[in-house]
Amino acid sequence: MNRDVKEEVVMSVNPQEVPRRIALFPQKTPVRFEIEKPEEKLVMTFPDLIIREVICFQVVVIVCAILALFFNAPLEELANPQNTPNPAKAPWYFLGLQELLHNFPPVVAGVLIPLLIVLALVVIPYFNINVKREGLWVRDKKRTLLLFSSATFLFIFASLIYSAYSIAIPTFIIYCLALLPLLIKRQTRFINWLSKRSLAEWIMSWFAILATVLTIIGTYFRGPGWSWVWPW
Amino acid sequence: MQIFRKIQMTKIWRSIFRTDLPIKTNLDRSLVIFNSLTLHIQPVKVRERAIKFTYTFYLGMISFFLFVILTVTGILLMLYYQPAIPHAYENMKDLQFVVSNGSFLRNMHRWSAHLMVITVFLHMLRVFFSGAYKPPREFNWVIGVLLLILTLLLGYTGYLLPYDQLSYWAVTVGANIVGYIPLIGKEIRFLLLGGNQIGEYTLIRFYVLHCVILPLFLTLLVALHFWRIRKDGGLN
Repeated sequence: MNRDVKEEVVMSVNPQEVPRRIALFPQKTPVRFEIEKPEEKLVMTFPDLIIREVICFQVVVIVCAILALFFNAPLEELANPQNTPNPAKAPWYFLGLQELLHNFPPVVAGVLIPLLIVLALVVIPYFNINVKREGLWVRDKKRTLLLFSSATFLFIFASLIYSAYSIAIPTFIIYCLALLPLLIKRQTRFINWLSKRSLAEWIMSWFAILATVLTIIGTYFRGPGWSWVWPW
Repeated sequence: MQIFRKIQMTKIWRSIFRTDLPIKTNLDRSLVIFNSLTLHIQPVKVRERAIKFTYTFYLGMISFFLFVILTVTGILLMLYYQPAIPHAYENMKDLQFVVSNGSFLRNMHRWSAHLMVITVFLHMLRVFFSGAYKPPREFNWVIGVLLLILTLLLGYTGYLLPYDQLSYWAVTVGANIVGYIPLIGKEIRFLLLGGNQIGEYTLIRFYVLHCVILPLFLTLLVALHFWRIRKDGGLN
């Protein structure tokens, strides 16, 4: 199927015969100018990729069908504007926002934070800082620690003012995880892996974990008057 | 088998399907992709590493397939749905008790919608952590963010349509958040709801948004998203 045709290339070391080109890369270089990777093995889209797509589609349909067979979509009684349920909950994917709404003023939680999240997501690829993704502690440790800690504690302090523990506690846990490679000198695989994570990765993980935690809290741990309840 | 061969040799068959069967060589395999309207969005050859499951977890593909399921089940549901009060709610009861497989249809639509929100979000995380948003793919990332927002909006507008207590108050909570936008919040809320409260006009507005406007934008952006993957150098 895949016959490798090896063409013979005559190399000459004499620069008089074969002119050489020299490329200089500055230290901070955008990704697109990275050194070309060696040729990778190619496979035919048909059937190698197509079969995967077909199987993937089938699995997706089967999973959805099984879910649809065993779990019924909720349906309550006819909408009644006179009868407000307690608590009234948004669709689950907005419950993180609703959870924020409980702590922060509406303009902050309902408008400012979603707007900032969308803006932050949009500008991600246009930031050229740390394209190579060095670990957080690779450079000047003291300066990084100072900046990182002050930013984190400012944020935790701000969320504690509004008694938003659901934000402060996960943030603190992630902060501790980020600091682990500094505190523990023993080189285990986990510590090594943590120390290789860059600032960008820490921020994105923090956002994803916070979004998940807030959504779970909003879905399962909030009862009448948005008070804390246990789901069991 | 012999009959099938003969049909394949007819003028009509050959005018519709350009690929000669059986497929033997790599040229034939290329032509399968090349001669197909739906498949030719893909390259003829792909990198072996890029199509491994553990490389992308097929999250974009799964999101797209969920959208296909949602379109099919959604169109079928439209046949049984009237965006009016209280017909909308009665239609849900009809789906449950009168229509054959009505519950199955609605369940399928709902669960795949929820799954799609999850897979689109996970797809975004995967793209971030593998650094697949970096130049020259910056703009495709932006399109992806728009697609995530559209997915959420589709979920939100669809949430009202059964018009039960759950959907009414969930949409009320969301609409109140819109009302908090400084200066123009009240106006936007009025525009969205077609009034100061959720009512008949809200239902028809959300219905049109959910079934026509948002899917149209989503389809266009998905097409652009796929096209740009190719233009920006394929899966990488």
